[in-house]
Amino acid sequence: MIVEPNWQLARKRKTIEQRARILHKIRAFFTEQGFFEVETPARIPVNAPELHIDAIASGNWSLQTSPELCMKRLLAAGYDNIFQICHCWRAEEQGPRHLPEYTMLEWYRRDCDYQQLMHDCEKLINNLVGRKSLTWQGQEVDITMPWPRLTVKQAFSQHSSTSLSQITDEKKFSELMSNEIEPFLPRNKPLFLTDYPTLQGSLAQQKADDADCVERVELYIAGLELANGFTELTDAAEQRRRFEKEEKQRQAAGKASCPLPEKYLDELETLPNAAGIALGVDRLIMLLCDQPTIDEVVCFTPEQL
Amino acid sequence: MYSCSDLKKGLKMMIDGDPHVIVQYDFTKPGKGQALYKCKLRNMISGSLFDRTYRSGESFEPAHLEEREMQYLYQDDNGYVFMDKKSFEQITLSEETLADDKYFLVDNMDVEILMHGDHGIGISLPNFVNLRVIQADPWVKGDTAAGNNKPATVETGYTLAVPSFVEEGTLIQIDTRTGEYSTRVKE
Repeated sequence: MIVEPNWQLARKRKTIEQRARILHKIRAFFTEQGFFEVETPARIPVNAPELHIDAIASGNWSLQTSPELCMKRLLAAGYDNIFQICHCWRAEEQGPRHLPEYTMLEWYRRDCDYQQLMHDCEKLINNLVGRKSLTWQGQEVDITMPWPRLTVKQAFSQHSSTSLSQITDEKKFSELMSNEIEPFLPRNKPLFLTDYPTLQGSLAQQKADDADCVERVELYIAGLELANGFTELTDAAEQRRRFEKEEKQRQAAGKASCPLPEKYLDELETLPNAAGIALGVDRLIMLLCDQPTIDEVVCFTPEQL
Repeated sequence: MYSCSDLKKGLKMMIDGDPHVIVQYDFTKPGKGQALYKCKLRNMISGSLFDRTYRSGESFEPAHLEEREMQYLYQDDNGYVFMDKKSFEQITLSEETLADDKYFLVDNMDVEILMHGDHGIGISLPNFVNLRVIQADPWVKGDTAAGNNKPATVETGYTLAVPSFVEEGTLIQIDTRTGEYSTRVKE
């Protein structure tokens, strides 16, 4: 056999270089917008309980599934506009758009709601692309601002035979979302899907005019789910009730129980009005480098280690 | 038993008593919802294709198929012909049955034929096969960057990305599990 450089690694070199340039531009963008970068620990005592997100254990602690608890504790301590680019881990999530270890960009703004986060996304992507459109896997996407907003309620009435008010079961919601809604959302422009049922936004603020919905937004570009953000819930008692409910559902589903993040709940009392959003960096690189799968935009997949 | 995390393209499992193979696989997780494992499956006996979505917690019975070692002889109008080297019995598998595996067959190669009674319903390839490049752009002199790639077509008609230094006539090793270039082969 001829000894050659590992082709699995070598062939991705151009994309990985482009990835480095994009990360640099993201940092420059947020710094210019008045944010400062923070680094919070990747290994934490406990994550926020979520029915469908499973952490990977690290000794008696866990690897973070998201940096949100630590970042919101910083917000509550007076750090106003912060961002972070970090690795997160979610057990058993792997596919063309998922890896169990992936890179998250998360940012928080004080004294504003999810509307501002949507403006941030529009500006960030336009800044990174530098043109009026991008093309991903043959799909051209016009990214000129503003981008359309569609509520979950509207999406169900447009695309599903079931209306949102008929859905009480969380499983049914995910299934309809995955089978009847997401595949049919328009792809020629980015799309913000907004205002989710409360059960689908455990840490989000309820809407003032609709108690059944929370101010949560998901950003889709070319059919890729790219970011998830919300107006932060600042009511500690309500947050505890939602965590307990989520935890009960986890136990009912036979999942490992974990203690509630008590320090977070304590400090939530001083959390100012704020909004935060998490954006999947690997998927963003897929879009900007026109790569078909997440494996193509990371140096190593688990199988290559 | 397999669990959802074992699901991937090429996995063979029993459904309603018949062996099936996953021909397309997708993992989705809408928002904060539950994970869905979307599979396109082919019934390995009838050949019928259908979609099925699975959820975490489901389990699957592996398809244990009898394997028979045979030698690949040639392709004719009916498909791909294999022979048992001891009994000289021959079996023909259609192009549909072989799907992408057809690209990795080399004349006289030994493969395991997956059997259902007397019928061959698929093959089990070695992890690596050597195939000769029959078409590729010439190597641009001075292009030494290891990561630069270009398309190349091998003798079976399969096209894949290869490093820039691979030229027409080069024998290369391909990983049949991913369909990707692995290395050049010394001759």
